[in-house]
Amino acid sequence: MSAVARLKIRRGTGDAESSWASYEVPFEPGQSVLDGLRRIRNTEDPTLSVRYSCINANACKECVMLLDGKVVYACTARLEAREMHLEPLPNKRLVRDLVTEIAPPDERLAVPDQPSPPQN
Amino acid sequence: MSNPERIHLATEILIIGSGAAGLSAAIAADSAGAAVLVVDRSLIGRGGATVMAQMTVAAALGEEVPDDWRCHLADTLTAGRGLCDERLAALLCEDGPAAIRQMDAWHVGWARHSDGRIRAAIAPGHDRPRCVYVDFLSTGPAVSRTLRGQAQRQASIRRIGEIVVTDLVTHDGAVVGAVGFSLAEGRPVSIAAKTVIIATGGLTRLYRRNSASANMGGDGYALALRAGAELIDMEFVQFFPIGHLAPRLIGMDPIMWDPFRYKLGGRLLNTEMREFTDDYGVPEDGSYKVTRDLATFAILKEVAAGRGSPAGGAYLSFQHVPEAKLREAFGPVIDRLAANGIDLTRMPIEVAPIAHYHMGGIRTGPTLETKIANLFAAGEAVGGANGANRLSGNAITEALVFGRRAGAVAAERVGTTPAQGWDEAAAAPALALAVASAPARATSNPAALIVELQGLMEREVGPFRSASGLERALVRIAQLKAEIGAAPPGAPGRFDMVRLDWFDLRSMLLVAEAVTRAGLARNESRGAHQREDHPGLEEEWAVNQTVRLEDGRLILARLPAAGADRAAEAAQ
Repeated sequence: MSAVARLKIRRGTGDAESSWASYEVPFEPGQSVLDGLRRIRNTEDPTLSVRYSCINANACKECVMLLDGKVVYACTARLEAREMHLEPLPNKRLVRDLVTEIAPPDERLAVPDQPSPPQN
Repeated sequence: MSNPERIHLATEILIIGSGAAGLSAAIAADSAGAAVLVVDRSLIGRGGATVMAQMTVAAALGEEVPDDWRCHLADTLTAGRGLCDERLAALLCEDGPAAIRQMDAWHVGWARHSDGRIRAAIAPGHDRPRCVYVDFLSTGPAVSRTLRGQAQRQASIRRIGEIVVTDLVTHDGAVVGAVGFSLAEGRPVSIAAKTVIIATGGLTRLYRRNSASANMGGDGYALALRAGAELIDMEFVQFFPIGHLAPRLIGMDPIMWDPFRYKLGGRLLNTEMREFTDDYGVPEDGSYKVTRDLATFAILKEVAAGRGSPAGGAYLSFQHVPEAKLREAFGPVIDRLAANGIDLTRMPIEVAPIAHYHMGGIRTGPTLETKIANLFAAGEAVGGANGANRLSGNAITEALVFGRRAGAVAAERVGTTPAQGWDEAAAAPALALAVASAPARATSNPAALIVELQGLMEREVGPFRSASGLERALVRIAQLKAEIGAAPPGAPGRFDMVRLDWFDLRSMLLVAEAVTRAGLARNESRGAHQREDHPGLEEEWAVNQTVRLEDGRLILARLPAAGADRAAEAAQ
């Protein structure tokens, strides 16, 4: 029987109680946790939210999350043939699933310029 | 369910994209006194291609050896196989040194000799050492960090991450702003602007194996097409010949072997452990000479002939290089390789061509203005400077140079052009789409469809093409368009990646079709465009092709011989 990685992922938007969802992905040596998350989105559940840009290079530093309680980048953490627990960062505002608000405050969308759009 | 509240912003110059081109444009425009808003679909300065560029930046600084920008230009035009727009290529080469020195003044940290001269490496296609870099494999991150820091110091530059721009808004043939949504909240966003600069990079995400970030799906090209601007040279997608293939390597950019080859040569081998580029007319003799299009050709031909490596590429070996020399050249990188189980003194690695850069893009003149008034492009989003094949090292240079120029010219235009004003009626359809919800369908996972499109493009519209394959691609692209429908699934919400994937697919399918149609029309092989059914270069095809969108259809046209004539025309 081929090995699988079991990813238990804390999901939610912060508006209600988060819940755990479990996924199984085929385990291939050398893969990253992000590879596993992308596979879940492509083959099983596209609604799973995870922020990433560079995919593999550990350059964008966007895929930061908790793996078994420790802060990791999902693109450099190795996928393993066991149960792995993934959670959003606990000290940042939750946006959705594994995505938290990590941008500096002055690089976020803030108060609108005008409460209503101009009419012409 | 009621739609989330819309946010309306206003600025003088809207810049879409925060890589080297977008941030350079922002810094230049702000320095000239214009009000600037930079938005990015990812976090500011983190996504895109710049941060991934582990390699080098070409400019005729003349510190390593004497140099002149005209020599850089001659090499750029030669690499472009007769199709470069010489005005843009000359701008890149002439302004390159100033852009590099500006980055130096902002402490980017170019590698230096002990006497203080900036080091330059020689790269394939250059007649002398001309390519500067930041050790070790840190050029892109250093450029990103430096520009981001400078943009933060110029405090009047407004920066907002995770805004997905879905459409530009035009009024009487001039751009007046843009529409999209905020990723974090799913709120529709409209932005009124006097000028707009598209700095969204290229389209490498269209291909299964690529070297760029997940956000390089050609969205800027789609924005330009839908706003009425023209694209040029869309058939020329550069494949980087020695992208990492095996063994699996994480935490590293797949194009990392290029700097290794600059510094250490390395041997490219087939499965018989024999150097083979000589069979295709380019002997290497232990140095790194073969250009990207030729190396891609040679590797894929070896694979097709059954002489490829086990994973389907070629071997790259540094086994002849002493360990001390490896460590001197790449220091900590050697340890990162060891953590991945790779010991270069004992084993070759496997490499294969990987989609890397797009020569084509939005058609602009030397002021980076498009045919749509007040709409500019900068960086890789611009087509024309690199013709049929880009010279190593020109990508970051063009991002810096075109960004600076676009920002400066846009700031000038803000002062002299009467503003058109926001057009709410023109924005209405795009705003409606940003909050639209299609009924959920059981079959469509947009993420899966993106994977399918990437496989299709790699197979049929990759480094080797034929009329039959290109036609198969067009059929499937049309089916995929029908499959995704006219509106995004679900309802606007927080960080909704299903809707994001849908908007990405909408752009990717349009741009994929532009690449495929242009490739099908060009019945010859030139530079990065190789047709198995038309193997030779044809004199009559020394022309550029443009693409525009009319009533939902892509229309191709040809421009007479690029370069010299138009350069002369511009000089008058």
